[in-house]
Parts: sequence; structure tokens; C-alpha cells
Amino acid sequence: MSLKKVHDIQPDKFEFTKENLEIANKILKKYPKDKKKSAVMPLLYLAQNQNDNWIPLSALKYIGKYLSMPYVNVYEIATFYTMYNLSPVGKYFVQVCTTSPCLLRGANELVKVCQKKISKNQNTMSSNGLCSWMEVECLGACVNAPMMQVNNDYYEDLNKENMEKILESFLQDKPLESGSYRGRISSAPEKKENKNNGINNA
Amino acid sequence: MLKQEDKIFKNLYNNLGWKLEDSLKRNDWSNTKEIISKGREWIINEIKTSELRGRGGAGFPTGVKWSFAPKKVGSRPHYLVINADESEPGTCKDRDIMRFEPQKLIEGCLISSFAVNAHTCYIYIRGEYLNEGKRLQQAIDEAYENKLIGKNACDTGWDLDIHIHYGAGAYICGEETALLESLEGNKGQPRLKPPFPALVGLYGCPTIVNNVETIAVVPNILRKGGKWFASIGRPKNTGTKIFCISGNVNNPCNVEEEMGIPLKDLIEKHAGGVIGGWKNLQAVIPGGSSMPLIPKETCETIKMDFDSLIAAKSGLGTAAVIVINKDQDIVKCMARIAKFYKHESCGQCTPCREGSGWMWRILERAARGEATFKDIDLLSDVTKQIEGHTICAFGEGSAWPVQGLLRHFRKEIDKRCFSEPIIKKKRNIPYLVDQHLLEK
Ligand SMILES: Cc1cc2nc3c(=O)[nH]c(=O)nc-3n(C[C@H](O)[C@H](O)[C@H](O)COP(=O)(O)O)c2cc1C
Ligand code: SF4
Ligand code: FES
Repeated sequence: MSLKKVHDIQPDKFEFTKENLEIANKILKKYPKDKKKSAVMPLLYLAQNQNDNWIPLSALKYIGKYLSMPYVNVYEIATFYTMYNLSPVGKYFVQVCTTSPCLLRGANELVKVCQKKISKNQNTMSSNGLCSWMEVECLGACVNAPMMQVNNDYYEDLNKENMEKILESFLQDKPLESGSYRGRISSAPEKKENKNNGINNA
Repeated sequence: MLKQEDKIFKNLYNNLGWKLEDSLKRNDWSNTKEIISKGREWIINEIKTSELRGRGGAGFPTGVKWSFAPKKVGSRPHYLVINADESEPGTCKDRDIMRFEPQKLIEGCLISSFAVNAHTCYIYIRGEYLNEGKRLQQAIDEAYENKLIGKNACDTGWDLDIHIHYGAGAYICGEETALLESLEGNKGQPRLKPPFPALVGLYGCPTIVNNVETIAVVPNILRKGGKWFASIGRPKNTGTKIFCISGNVNNPCNVEEEMGIPLKDLIEKHAGGVIGGWKNLQAVIPGGSSMPLIPKETCETIKMDFDSLIAAKSGLGTAAVIVINKDQDIVKCMARIAKFYKHESCGQCTPCREGSGWMWRILERAARGEATFKDIDLLSDVTKQIEGHTICAFGEGSAWPVQGLLRHFRKEIDKRCFSEPIIKKKRNIPYLVDQHLLEK
């Protein structure tokens, strides 16, 4: 369960765009006709994508009507799962994994870089309004630790230096590419020559 | 060491290509029709012969699980649900299967769905794996276009639809009944068992839930025979397994190896050894964060399979090997794991919801050297109050690692728990047990 803050300023109205309505109808087809409720999670994602990566309360109401579900039920779901944002996040939403396997390889260094470059506290916008960051639990890329997720992409095998560069690139709205920052091929073991790679412990 | 020809996931690192045409060269889909024509009973028996055990953590025999599904379809349809939630800290193998060997999973879905009488298969992917899910969807589309799935899949007469459903960042949705709740559009809170999903699962219908890796190895087992799979490893602990080796090793990696490979070989031969050398090893968490750690002495000789690790009071879990060397503060490391469980408890059962917070706060105090000498007994007591008193196995998963720490590193914690109990202190707020956290 996660602590959720609902944004103070809420738009009055929310509606799916025409394209998204079509997508929503397609999503419904994945589930049995009398089990429309199953579509609530994908529809919440759809609303989040449409609204700059956060979901206003009016969208929860809209989805409730769309699926014939009580509003409070939709609210319950939106607050249970951590990936639904109920208040705005940066255009570049940085999520640093700090669970033990990443911690063992220096995730706390990455957190410090976030504090220095983006904002002292989590979930607050950078001064230019482009970036926000938070700590998250294991993202399932532990052999490429330490790592972070920015919007949909994984940045892997990081260290303090390249973390600074990457964050700088977001702050300037010229994002560097995702992937391994040690030139690794997916999760394969590295060659003997670059053994240790200057990476030491946390 | 596993022979090259026995490897199932030949494209684990994507040097051969993930597309359908590439995977056809690796023999995927080569005689699916023939396999299915041998019938349900043959398939289930062959899986039983292979002694395949679930790769999702619990290690339940897969053939036996399938045989629990009703033999005949009654008034309600059957479902196959693939668990691709992969959130156990340390684990990142299903991700590689979805990115690089998607056709193995899809072919496995067809054969397994046929074996358990399902025409619909849902793949529940953790929300963070959006890109992996997109890749898998591309592979599913390719399979539809080539009539490998869909109506009369692979010309077998069996119809199968596969749909992807994304989670949204909740570890507990990996628990199979929480996963089903989530799929039904509810909060991911586990159900009381029994009834088991095989009889009452998704939408109240018979449902078989299996891990990605479990299903992805099925086609190879049936192609090469259950006996072949059973010949790797030792009885009841058979076959090949993807190990994820993370933490303080020189070359962290995923690798497919035979079940029962010595842990030392895994670390030294595949992961380039412990940082600072073997002598610098402190402990290893052998199966994802829910499994108790094992100390260095045990690591010297332990074999990586289900039963050997149970004998060492730990478990194979998801085979995620987290290596911790002596440069690390073991208490801090475990305190962070406790924080994970506190964050992820679904909140239904009081012992789990409250206990996970207690364990975290006590360990956090101990890590800072601010705990009292009574705290350590309290900690042990809390773990026992959780264990066995919860709806799902998350309770054990949060309590066991702490018990493991107490079992093997008692001295390490004792060293830090020397303060007098709070009650004797001057600034005493007796009803506030956690005042240590407030004092600074
Ligand atoms: C708290 C908890 C989390 C779990 N997470 C996962 C997971 O992420 N992936 C998975 O395959 N199984 C997970 N499991 C195990 C599943 O409940 C279930 O046993 C498994 O999916 C069955 O598949 P298998 O028999 O193929 O292993 C989890 C169990 C518990 C109690
Ligand atoms: S044990 Fe914990 S996670 Fe499992 S049902 Fe109870 S509260 Fe939820
Ligand atoms: S612990 Fe960071 S990705 Fe798993």
C-alpha cells in the first residue's frame, strides 16, 4: 500500500478523447462481457496517459460511470496501486530503485544525485518544472543494479557520474538514451577484461 | 555444468534474435501439432515424469497442479493465467524470457492451455515492464498472424486467445489469488485458500496459475521427453533453471544452469566471484528476499536446489542469488528488506500489516545502534506472531529473512542493542514505543 496525495487543484471535467474511447472499447473486448470491471486498471492507465501522467478525480468518476462501478471502488483501486499518480509528476519522472540488491551496489549514491540535481525532497518538481523523482521498490532488473526507471524506460548499471549526466540531460529536455551505462548486453555476464569495472561497493 | 545442447533458453542474452523467424530456427513451434495430438493425459504425464516444479517461488510440481483442473469442462470455462509479476527483490529472469524468448512462452501457453482445457489465457505483467509487455505483444501478434494461436491454433483444432494485463506496482499481486483479484478489477488482496484457484479461480472458474519460466520450459520438455528433463539435477529437483546473481559480485548476471549446481560455482564461474574475493563473503540470500540468508560456511558447499536449501533452513524461491560481502552492514541490508515488506503488505491481516512495521522499525533502530537489549527478543517474538497467522505466504516471506538474520548474525545485532529499555529513560512517553524515532 502506498501513501497517496491527491492534488489540490482538480479539473472539473474529464473525458476520453475519441481515439482513447476506441482504445477503451478494444480493451473491454479482452474480458468476458459481464466482467467489465476487469478493465479498470487498463482504463486508469489510459486516463493517466491522456492527462500528462497523472489521474484527476474527475477521471476516476468518469471511469466509474464507463464501467458501471461505484466511484469509491475506482478510487480504492487508484490509491491501492503505486503506479497511478494522483498528483502531477515531472515530464521526466525519475524512479530510483533502492531495494537491497540495488542498495548493495550504491543506489543511495543515486538518491543523493537526485537530491542535488532535481529537488531535496521526493515528489517535488525541479525548479524548472521538468523533473520529479522518488524512491521505489525493486523494479526487477537487479542484475543490472543500480538502476532507475524514467517514464517507461530503464536506465541500468549506473554510477554517480553517469547519473549526473543523465539527470542533467532531462533537466535540459534533451534526454539521453535508456539502457545499460556500462555497455552491457542485457543481463549477460561481462567479459573478463572489464572485470570489476571500477564498481565497488556501496 | 550444463551442456550447451541442454540449454533451453538459447537466446537468453538476445544474440540470436527474438522474432518469430529467429525462434523457428531454434526449433520453437517445430512439432506443436504432433505434441497436442498425443492428448491431454500424455502431456500431463510427461510433465509429471519430468518432475518439473513451479519456477515462481513455491516449487509446486506442475504436472500435479494441472491434474487438479477438472477433467471435463462444466458450465464454467477454464482459464490459464501466467504470472509475470516478477517483483521478488533479486529476481529478473521472466523479464528476459519475455524480451528475448517470447515464442517459448507463447507456445507453452498453447500447450498448457490445451492440457488444462482453457481457451483463454491471461498474462499478468508487472506494470513497470511496459516495454517487455510491448515486445511480448508484438510476438503474440506475430503468432496470431501465422495462425500459431487464435482459431484452430497451429492446426490442432484448439482455439486459444492470449491477452496481456498489466499490474500497477504492487508486489503482492504476484501471489496467485491477489493476482486474480487484480485481474478481476479489485485491489490486489489475497483470498483465503482453500478453495484453490484450480477449482475456483478467475471469475470463480477453474484456473491454473503458473510462472512464466514454468510455462516457457514446457514445449522443450515435451519435445525432448520428460525423462531428459529429469536426468538433469537429482530426483525431485530436476531440470535447468535461470539463476539471477546480483549484489556484491564482479559480474552480476542471469544464467541458465542445471538444478543443484553448487552455489560456489555459480558465483565464481558465472558471476566473476565475490568482490574482494571469496574470503570477503559475508552471506548469501539464495532465493529472493523472502528466503532466509545463509552464512559463508554454508555457502562453501551448498547445492542450489529446492531440497538442499530447505535442509539448510532456507529455500530456492525464485533462484535469485543476492550476494552480500563483508564490506556491507548486514543489519542495514536486512532493515531495508524489512522496509520493503512494510511497504508492500496488502494490509488485510493484522499480524502482517502491523508486524512488518514493527520488524522494520526495530531493525532500523538496531542498524543505527539505538536499539535496547530487549528489542532483540521483541523482534524475534514479532516474527513468530506473524509466521503461520496470515492469509497468504507474504507473512512468512517477511518474517523468515529476519529469523535468518537472528539465527546467523545474532552477535552482530547484539552488539548494537545495548541501550537501556526506553521506560527507564528520562524523556519517557510510555505509550509511545517507537519514541526513539522521534527523539532526533
Ligand atoms: C507474496 C508473494 C509474491 C509472489 N510473487 C510471485 C511473482 O512475482 N511471480 C510468480 O511467478 N510467483 C509469485 N508468487 C508465487 C505464486 O503465488 C504462485 O505460487 C506461482 O505463480 C505459481 O506458479 P508456479 O507453480 O509455476 O511456480 C508469489 C507468492 C507470494 C506469497
Ligand atoms: S499476509 Fe500480508 S500480504 Fe498476505 S493477505 Fe495478509 S496482510 Fe495481505
Ligand atoms: S533491487 Fe533494484 S531492480 Fe531489483
